[in-house]
Amino acid sequence: MKRKTGITCQFHDSAASMNQPDPEIVHFDNVGLRYGTDREVLSDVSFTLYPGRFYFLTGASGAGKTSLLKLLYLSQRPSRGLIRMFGTDAITLPRDRLPGFRRRLGVVFQDFRLVPHLSAFDNVALPLRVAGVSERDIARPVADMLDWVGLGDRRHARPATLSGGEQQRVAIARAVIARPDILIADEPTGNVDPDMAIKLLRLFESMNRLGTTVVVATHDLHLISSIQDSLIMRLDKGRLHDPTGALRYPPRRSGPAGQP
Amino acid sequence: MNAPADEPATRWPATKWPATKWITRLPFARTREADARLLPVVQFAGPMPWVIAIMIALTVVAAASALALRNAAQSARSELEGGVTVQIVFAEPDARNRQADAALAALQHDGAVRSARRVAQDELNTLVEPWLGTRAGDDLDALPIPALIDVRLDGTATPARLAALRTALQKVAPSARIDAQAAWLVPVFRAMAALQWLAAGLIALLASATVFAVLLASRNALGNHRDTIEIVHMLGGTDHQIARVFQRSMAIDAAAGGVLGLLAGLIAIAALGNQFAALGSGMTAAAVLGWSDWLLIAGIPVLGTVLSVLTARLSVLAALRRLL
Repeated sequence: MKRKTGITCQFHDSAASMNQPDPEIVHFDNVGLRYGTDREVLSDVSFTLYPGRFYFLTGASGAGKTSLLKLLYLSQRPSRGLIRMFGTDAITLPRDRLPGFRRRLGVVFQDFRLVPHLSAFDNVALPLRVAGVSERDIARPVADMLDWVGLGDRRHARPATLSGGEQQRVAIARAVIARPDILIADEPTGNVDPDMAIKLLRLFESMNRLGTTVVVATHDLHLISSIQDSLIMRLDKGRLHDPTGALRYPPRRSGPAGQP
Repeated sequence: MNAPADEPATRWPATKWPATKWITRLPFARTREADARLLPVVQFAGPMPWVIAIMIALTVVAAASALALRNAAQSARSELEGGVTVQIVFAEPDARNRQADAALAALQHDGAVRSARRVAQDELNTLVEPWLGTRAGDDLDALPIPALIDVRLDGTATPARLAALRTALQKVAPSARIDAQAAWLVPVFRAMAALQWLAAGLIALLASATVFAVLLASRNALGNHRDTIEIVHMLGGTDHQIARVFQRSMAIDAAAGGVLGLLAGLIAIAALGNQFAALGSGMTAAAVLGWSDWLLIAGIPVLGTVLSVLTARLSVLAALRRLL
């Protein structure tokens, strides 16, 4: 499996040189979003995501978490403001360059969004097929991933025959299979039992240690407290609270990414 | 899509037209294996192959008719191109014969004349038989039928050449009247040309109808798979990857329809050909199709398939451009 190099190399370079600031991977500056002519669902949202960091996005229902994630995974353009992603202006990005950016993102949707006519195996393999990975190189990692999320024996099952928790695990496996630069998860542990939730969180943590920036939207305080060194983005009525400025100017790590 | 939920996914991309699967290996319909697995086999509107079959069948018949008419017109034109009829219109039989002989001799010595032949009395009788009855011309005194000379010129019978011929014959046969044979058939040629244009117009209309049918089917298929397309987009799928899946399915449907349509069209041509052959008329006998015509007709399903695939591709790409 190919591993994308751009951001990862930058990250490792910066991690090796502790005196250099981390290069930003995503930057939001005074971003606002409204649907149609309604009031803004997101207002003046400004933050920066750095490579190899673990972020939790919290807030009450209707606070704008899913809208913010939609902007992050490039399914929506903001009404105003500036978004830079991987060093490029994501707002004026030509349409034909969007797929390249999206392949660097892994997304776990709140409603899973599995492809109904595809088996669990084919759903997990989808990002690799989209990226043009050969079938020979797909079979093993997908099978391993399905084994890891405990669905090795359900590889031929279609989403309609899977339970909510199983569908969520397939969705997570699909999001992480291509080892994205940014993993975005919307309530990823909402439908799984506590043991599986911790196991999935450990998967996210492992990916984070390998350099993937992780953004998890959740209400689960227990989940938030289980990841050390994570940063919390709290949304309230469409506004992002950053009283300490940690989201704009995160505390410098003492060692390589993910390692305290 | 109707397969059991637990069935292994190795069986697709399936097609209900397996015999036409070869079409997906052609450049315009080729799909990478990975691309083919992005979407299910896109089922265009169920009757799509039948719609295309009907369009192709009608196009084949229209094209064959246009080509046969063109061949008949060309054959008649080339036959009559250098044809000139000299009539000696004189009531007195002996003088008429003398003038006819003199005119024939003059024509045979004319360098612009390839051949000249006096039409025999039996042939003249046959010509007037429908109007005047059996062997009416035999009584030379009672019915002064003009003496006829059938002349073939080297090249086309232009007005200038006819004028030169008139001047030459004026001295030896003052009663001679000279007419280009092609001039008599000008209205027929015009009617045939009009029919050819009509056939071309029909073919253009059928092609347009095919394009609109494919556009509607593509939009319908896009609507049915909108959720999946959005997911594939979110995972980094490109418009071209998605369009390839649609054009592949369209290629299979159009190829199946094309083959069926060609067969139906050929049957119709054979039936029409037999009917016209039974007429036994000189003009319809010349309305035959050559090997190049058959090649052109055989190419109609291929052109139809390419047109359908291109239409599907362009309409899908246009629709996808509206998504982010």
